[in-house]
Amino acid sequence: MKEVAVIGGGMTLFRRRLKETGKELSYLATKMAMEDAGIQKDDIDMVVMGSAPDAFDGIHMKGENLLDGAAAAGKPYVRVFNGGGTGVFAPIAGWWHVASGVADVCLVVCEEKMGSCYPHPQTAFRHIWDPILDRPLNPNLVWLFAMEMNRYMTVHNIKKEDIARVAVKNKRNAVGHPCAQLADPNITVEDVLNSEVLAWPVQRLDISPPSDGAAALIYCSKDVVHKFTDDPIYVAGVGWNIDSTMWTNRDLYFPRYVANAAKMCYKMAGITNPRKDIDFAEPYDPFDYKELHHMEGLLLCDKGEAPILTREGVTQRDGDLPICPSGGLLGVGNPIAATMGQKVCELYWQLAGKAGKRQIPGDPRMGVGQAWGDIMQMSTVIALRRG
Amino acid sequence: MVEKKEYKEWPPFAPGTHLHDSDIKEKKVNYTWWEPEVQYSWSLGPAMSKFLQGLKNGIIYGIHCKRCKRVLVPPRSFCEYCYGPTEEWVELKDTGTIETFSISYIDADARRIEEPILIGVISIDGASPQHGFMHYFGEMSKDEIKIGMKVKAVWKSENEREGSITDIKYFKPLKGGAE
Repeated sequence: MKEVAVIGGGMTLFRRRLKETGKELSYLATKMAMEDAGIQKDDIDMVVMGSAPDAFDGIHMKGENLLDGAAAAGKPYVRVFNGGGTGVFAPIAGWWHVASGVADVCLVVCEEKMGSCYPHPQTAFRHIWDPILDRPLNPNLVWLFAMEMNRYMTVHNIKKEDIARVAVKNKRNAVGHPCAQLADPNITVEDVLNSEVLAWPVQRLDISPPSDGAAALIYCSKDVVHKFTDDPIYVAGVGWNIDSTMWTNRDLYFPRYVANAAKMCYKMAGITNPRKDIDFAEPYDPFDYKELHHMEGLLLCDKGEAPILTREGVTQRDGDLPICPSGGLLGVGNPIAATMGQKVCELYWQLAGKAGKRQIPGDPRMGVGQAWGDIMQMSTVIALRRG
Repeated sequence: MVEKKEYKEWPPFAPGTHLHDSDIKEKKVNYTWWEPEVQYSWSLGPAMSKFLQGLKNGIIYGIHCKRCKRVLVPPRSFCEYCYGPTEEWVELKDTGTIETFSISYIDADARRIEEPILIGVISIDGASPQHGFMHYFGEMSKDEIKIGMKVKAVWKSENEREGSITDIKYFKPLKGGAE
């Protein structure tokens, strides 16, 4: 297996609605990543596109619609998709293009345009429920997360204010991110607790916003990395796992599929003690409780311990284990697949010392990114390391 | 190869143009419009057909996986873990336990509603632990509902039932085991 290095990253503005088409957004993110790596279209061997449900863009099989923007015309190209897991799965697929030796340079582009679904993408979410048992009950997707959050809170006796701290941290972290949609330097726990109740225990400020945006990442094989950089960042490990779709037959308090994906990744990366070996992480945070749930799934702490670490400040950017230093989905925005910008590009920028105002102190050597999707059942995990 | 752009911070800028909702409503930007009209008819397959026929008759069915020794609800034609066929149908009680719930102030389209919907997952008595389905709760207030609460199905009248999950209207509190 070839060692795979990250040599470029890029992302667009994240907003509820952007003027540019999905194809144009893909172009803008890709151009930025090319400038970072110092390459042009001819240098790219293969392209992977990640984009979540077609129903948001309203274009069936949208991979074909997007490919010109992803510098893929005339090249081997594939779109991969597993719901919210896509933002980390697309870079996993890009990794195997290079690790297998079939490509020396591979571009990964992730795009999402949720604003096209008018007036609100929630309407498209209705189509992911089981048609036989769930849809006759007229469900709203937020119900799923409310039920998972309630189970998690009840099993561990977690207070809502300890969950709200995650939203506050991430929206404040996002202040340093030029693409951020919901950065807020002054937000407080009270603001989150006083925000509108949508489906208890989920309140408005517990949720990340729907967004338009794109992100891009460029890999090369270790064989050619000397042409691009003297201080490469490498993919240390990858993992992915999915549990049964029968979500009413699982105890939702712990995401065992995240733990399975993490163990697969850590084995490849030689991580034996996650809490000690991992310097910072970007777990998927579409809801504030998900960051905590995923920290536990990623084995960064014991079950039920994540809210305590958060309360004690351990997960702040200058804490012992920075979590979501990018500002995450809660602060930067949630254009589903394009959250590769926070979950993987950010690992690269942090490890390369290029994160500017968001740079975590010290000398981070190992970062882990994770995404989560489908019906609370799928997780994708990637570890990047310096040197 | 082209020359690398060196910036101190990445991303160095945020390309893209923000549109406001009013830009669309007031037609300040060019856009095009499409409303798909698609209809589906799903056949239910053998397992779900039997389950929904059971509901029409006021019975909740589970199915036994002999290899895993589990009674599965919702029933399925095969076991997803041991990957063997499921065989014996089991008539279950119409009572169970609230595994989790939500108090929803939004409907399916995220419209705000005054009277909250109580929704959750019920594990059905007589099935394996954690085996059950999502449904509504009624005859209880949002202050009374709790994880671990014992509940019982409230059925539609026989002539109203049509072989749907909504043949059960909701689950109500089961007090002191009495009906």
